[in-house]
Amino acid sequence: MNRYMTQRLFGIAVRAAALLVVGVLLLVIGVTVARGGGVLLADPSIVFTPPGSRYMLEGTGGFLHAVLGSLFIVGPATVVSMVAAVSTAVYLQSDYSSRRFSDGVNMFLNVLWGTPPIVYGVFVLTIIIATGAQTSLFFGIIAIAIFQYPIMTRYTDEALRAAPETVRESTYGLGATRFESMRMTVRAAAPGVIAGLVMGFARGIGDAATVLFTTGRSTRMPGGLFEAATTLPVLIFDQAMSFNAEVRSHAYAAAFVLTSVVLGLILLSKLLAGRYARYTPGGNR
Amino acid sequence: MTDTPLTTDQLSVTYTGDREIEAVKGVSIGFPANTLTTIIGPSGCGKSTLLKSLNRLHEIQENVTIDGDVLLSGDSVYNTDVPAPEIRKRIGYVPQTPTALPVSIYENVAYGLRIHGDYESKADLDEKVETYLRKVNLWDEVADRLDAPGAELSTGQIQRLCVARSLAVEPDVLLCDEVTSALDPVSAESVEKTLKRLKSEYTIILVTHSMAQARRLADEVVFLYLGEVIESNDVRSFFEDPQQERTKAFIGGPTPVNREDNATGPTTTPPTSAGGEGPAAGDDKQ
Repeated sequence: MNRYMTQRLFGIAVRAAALLVVGVLLLVIGVTVARGGGVLLADPSIVFTPPGSRYMLEGTGGFLHAVLGSLFIVGPATVVSMVAAVSTAVYLQSDYSSRRFSDGVNMFLNVLWGTPPIVYGVFVLTIIIATGAQTSLFFGIIAIAIFQYPIMTRYTDEALRAAPETVRESTYGLGATRFESMRMTVRAAAPGVIAGLVMGFARGIGDAATVLFTTGRSTRMPGGLFEAATTLPVLIFDQAMSFNAEVRSHAYAAAFVLTSVVLGLILLSKLLAGRYARYTPGGNR
Repeated sequence: MTDTPLTTDQLSVTYTGDREIEAVKGVSIGFPANTLTTIIGPSGCGKSTLLKSLNRLHEIQENVTIDGDVLLSGDSVYNTDVPAPEIRKRIGYVPQTPTALPVSIYENVAYGLRIHGDYESKADLDEKVETYLRKVNLWDEVADRLDAPGAELSTGQIQRLCVARSLAVEPDVLLCDEVTSALDPVSAESVEKTLKRLKSEYTIILVTHSMAQARRLADEVVFLYLGEVIESNDVRSFFEDPQQERTKAFIGGPTPVNREDNATGPTTTPPTSAGGEGPAAGDDKQ
């Protein structure tokens, strides 16, 4: 086989692999859009209607409780996690830590990132049992925040590392303190930091395992911080297992909502990142 | 201010990483006020290290130790309780790579003023930003788009913005690290013109590896080789009557300095050698 033949074969293999991935993706989105979109078009109010008393049995009412549950859990969790992640990432830069220390911490964070989310769920459940508390919105926030933390920290750390060294040098050269210099570096890394924020939110809102036994799988509207709640992914799981065809159809509608939120967020982050990218050094090229 | 606001006293800088390297070896020189001193020498001879050690900027790197001292108007830069940012405010630094901070053109110039609180009102800040943009001949080019990102300027404009930003904190001394080496010849010429205009008002120390640039701009020349000062003299004596053998070898024997010191127009030297990238006569002999 000559060199050009090898090249051609490799080209075909690569294209076939790409086609397979895109095909599966289109299938998933297609089924969700076709089935979920159909259900939603027929009755859009299910997204904004609280569940009826026999929602899981007969599909009376809608799944507003899970939409709100998701937002109330993932919103605060993302804020908490972001503050912790940006602080950690800043601390890992050369102004504060030695190379060896930050490499070590990063390895540890990679392990955390690779840890199955169910493990975080079990970990928080252990805390719930040990403290004699009950599953609730609050523990859902804790579990999701722990789950998001390594993802956001790694993203932010990479973004800060990729920020031009000359920004740091310039600010110090003007008499900036370590804190002032770091603020400017974070600004220079803003597109990457925003990407990390959105990835963390998207992963958090899409995860079922962490909240499965920390929030209580409630079928009522969220009543308070220490009351049981549920989220969209957990609801989808419960709906999809239902004997009632209408409840099962709601699973597709919920999946559609979830996918749209994630897609919308990613588009928003692209927009924001693009706006900040104009300001970053090299933004004119 | 004294005649030589900045002097070094047996200044040594050692990198203590994997290998121990003494990059600057016991340098004792003075930089006269309101003149432009160039530090020349082959690549890797410690020029940038010497420059950064003058305002403690090397301290932001790991594994660097320093011996000796730097004196700013008689005050020690190293043996002092004054925080490093205060020293860097008095000894400004313009980096080699033109770098706009990730904010608007206006905020780039205002940055130093803001962090040091060197302005009284918004109007005062506006006025200062305009003053310093005018000083580097950038005002007319950016006056209508001060809110645009600094990064959207051309590299030559960004480098002049960097000079304006450094001047805005009103330093006693301005350190410039090969400020034209990353620029195209036309941009380099505009930055050179700016430095030429500023040198009667400021004490400027310019690191360059282009002897042509040193001839065009310098009042004083310091020749650094392997971390040691081989020779330092005024520009005419340095190039026309070098005393040391190594200087002669480096500059390729005595060479005339042809320039009109008070010229306001463009320099007569072909622009190809302005950036120091081009092989200007004698530049590559080491």
